[in-house]
Amino acid sequence: MSAMASTMNNDAILKVEHLSMRFGGLMAINDLSFEVRRGEITALIGPNGAGKTTVFNCITGFYKPTMGMISMQQKDGKSFFLERMADFEVTRDAKVARTFQNIRLFSGLTLLENLLVAQHNALMKASGYTVLGLLGFKSYKDASKEATEKARYWLEKASLIDRADDPAGDLPYGAQRRLEIARAMCTGPELLCLDEPAAGLNPRESQELNKLLRSIRADNGTSLLLIEHDMSVVMEISDHVVVLEYGQKISDGDPAHVKNDPRVIAAYLGVDDDEVETVRHEVEEGAN
Amino acid sequence: MATVTNPSTASTGSLTAKALREATFTAVMTFLMFVLFVGLKTDQNMRNELILVPRWGLLAIFVIIAFVGRFAMVAWLQPWRTARKAAKDAAPAQTTDAGFVKRNFSKLAILALVLYPPIILSLFGAQGSLKYIDNFGIQILIYVMLAWGLNIVVGLAGLLDLGYVAFYAVGAYSYALLSINFGFSFWILLPLAGILSAFWGIILGFPVLRLKGDYLAIVTLAFGEIIRLVLINWQDVTQGTFGISGIPKITLFGIPFDASPHGFAKIFNLPMSSAYYKVFLFYLILLLCLLTAFVTIRLRRLPIGRAWEALREDEIACRSLGINTVTTKLTAFAIGAMFGGFAGSFFAARQGFVSPESFVFLESAVILSIVVLGGMGSLTGIAIAAIAMVGGTELLREMDFLKHIFGPDFTPELYRMLIFGLAMITMMLVRPRGFVGSREPTAFLFERKNVSGSFTKEGHG
Repeated sequence: MSAMASTMNNDAILKVEHLSMRFGGLMAINDLSFEVRRGEITALIGPNGAGKTTVFNCITGFYKPTMGMISMQQKDGKSFFLERMADFEVTRDAKVARTFQNIRLFSGLTLLENLLVAQHNALMKASGYTVLGLLGFKSYKDASKEATEKARYWLEKASLIDRADDPAGDLPYGAQRRLEIARAMCTGPELLCLDEPAAGLNPRESQELNKLLRSIRADNGTSLLLIEHDMSVVMEISDHVVVLEYGQKISDGDPAHVKNDPRVIAAYLGVDDDEVETVRHEVEEGAN
Repeated sequence: MATVTNPSTASTGSLTAKALREATFTAVMTFLMFVLFVGLKTDQNMRNELILVPRWGLLAIFVIIAFVGRFAMVAWLQPWRTARKAAKDAAPAQTTDAGFVKRNFSKLAILALVLYPPIILSLFGAQGSLKYIDNFGIQILIYVMLAWGLNIVVGLAGLLDLGYVAFYAVGAYSYALLSINFGFSFWILLPLAGILSAFWGIILGFPVLRLKGDYLAIVTLAFGEIIRLVLINWQDVTQGTFGISGIPKITLFGIPFDASPHGFAKIFNLPMSSAYYKVFLFYLILLLCLLTAFVTIRLRRLPIGRAWEALREDEIACRSLGINTVTTKLTAFAIGAMFGGFAGSFFAARQGFVSPESFVFLESAVILSIVVLGGMGSLTGIAIAAIAMVGGTELLREMDFLKHIFGPDFTPELYRMLIFGLAMITMMLVRPRGFVGSREPTAFLFERKNVSGSFTKEGHG
């Protein structure tokens, strides 16, 4: 923990610089720059359609940005330019894992299998790219056992261990969310991107989720970037909040700062007609 | 509610009335529907005039069948079904302790297959056994192997492949051409045919990687046709529709099965018979099938197999977990094609003759229906389906007694497709997930619980 604390706040794990994404005539993201710092929980918030998920898809390689640079700095000093990598390479090499807004589990596989699929690349290497594993070499059996233990660890952590052998599609909604996070963690990421992890959860499940996210940061040293609408989650667990509106950053700072930012309030609540001028004035002042 | 739970007392009368009412309605509808189709037939008389031939008797039979069928359905079948369902729900959930046969099903099945030739030989003698070993045994096992190979592509990876027969053809022609032109033996050409087929699997795989669902199916279908058309038209090499004949037989490590002094029969001091070769072929294809099953079972427990199944469930999630879906799909195509190639080279060696006619789209359709009918992904289910489909059609040839009923012109094997379709439709209604609808997990922490078919997906690519 102390080693982690010392690196905290020092360096950025992910730097997004001048990112733009255009879909035909629509500028979904317009010149966006922000940083995710190592060991922190960063929240990306904004009204519907602000471009949050597009940012995520650019970071995780599902979209190729029109312009801009996304660089990932790993603990051991290796750095990657994510915008140049294919989606699976972002997870495999750059160690950035993600979850989805609409949960994407392998519903016909059991919980354990879901977590084993997530360890595909490590197991693939251990099985000698299938050849040694097919011949029944011991190295694969050991690696397989190890992978099962890792899966057990994450099942326990997500309090899903008693349903380990059930199909993932059979789980209730909240448990599916936790399983998706556990699955993403099984890829061994340094940065975990969560797309609305609290969506559709009841308050109790929401609390459990907060606990899980905090422990992921504390025990595993993983930095988190999350999109969230649930302000109780955002304000409670995040260290740093970035606010988007119409593909542009309108505020950036700690939760208390963002909460009181007039532009954020205006973006979320809108303003009365007679206030438009004052807000515009404030915005222009802020921009200068 | 009373009618449902207690149909035998007060509601019997009303039930009969209801059945009569519905049956009458159905009969009227049938009459209206068929009166022009069946009741009246247009024909020519001696003077080439168009006349109407009434067929009231036939129409009456149609109407009566509809009436009786509907009556039986409403009056007896439906109450019986509800009663059975109620009884089933009322009965306490019994803990089904799987019996000995169920637990050791695959071992017993393999044992039965190993003992099959000697039993048949002792029952029917050398000559009489040919039909059972060759037509039933070998024919079914070839399809089992093909279906298990396709199962990797369709059942596990969820990629709909309608051109699987192309790889079968590549395997068969590889063996035929290389053994005739270069004199290589079967044991060298078997792996070579597999490799060549796998190579073509990758060739097919590359362009179709971006396609999904219907589009993928269409392109694979086209690929199957391309291979067939090349075989027909590249006459210098393949001799076109004439096919290649005189393909060398397989030898048992150098011992040929013929009447020569070095032949199998002479060496072992046995009377000359073609049955030995058939029995040998039977064991060979059985061995190839077991190899396919072994590899499939092993692969499912390896990361590549899990990645295939994950790909079937959700491709985007796979990519988000760092799985290279391109290579994963290509390996599925390649390994599936490889088993098709093995089966193809065996087929060529067994027939001694190959022609493009053996590799028409219908073959792909049959293999795919076996996979679907068996339950996608389940080896046991597919084997059962292969026996039912291929064995069933072979059985139709045997039904000579039907000629006594329908007249001497009746050829039962012509009804093969009709029965085929009927079986598929029945299957869809009764067991939409195939004979074995549940999926066996590849790993477990505490207890191995089969995953119900309602959770697994069929794949979309």
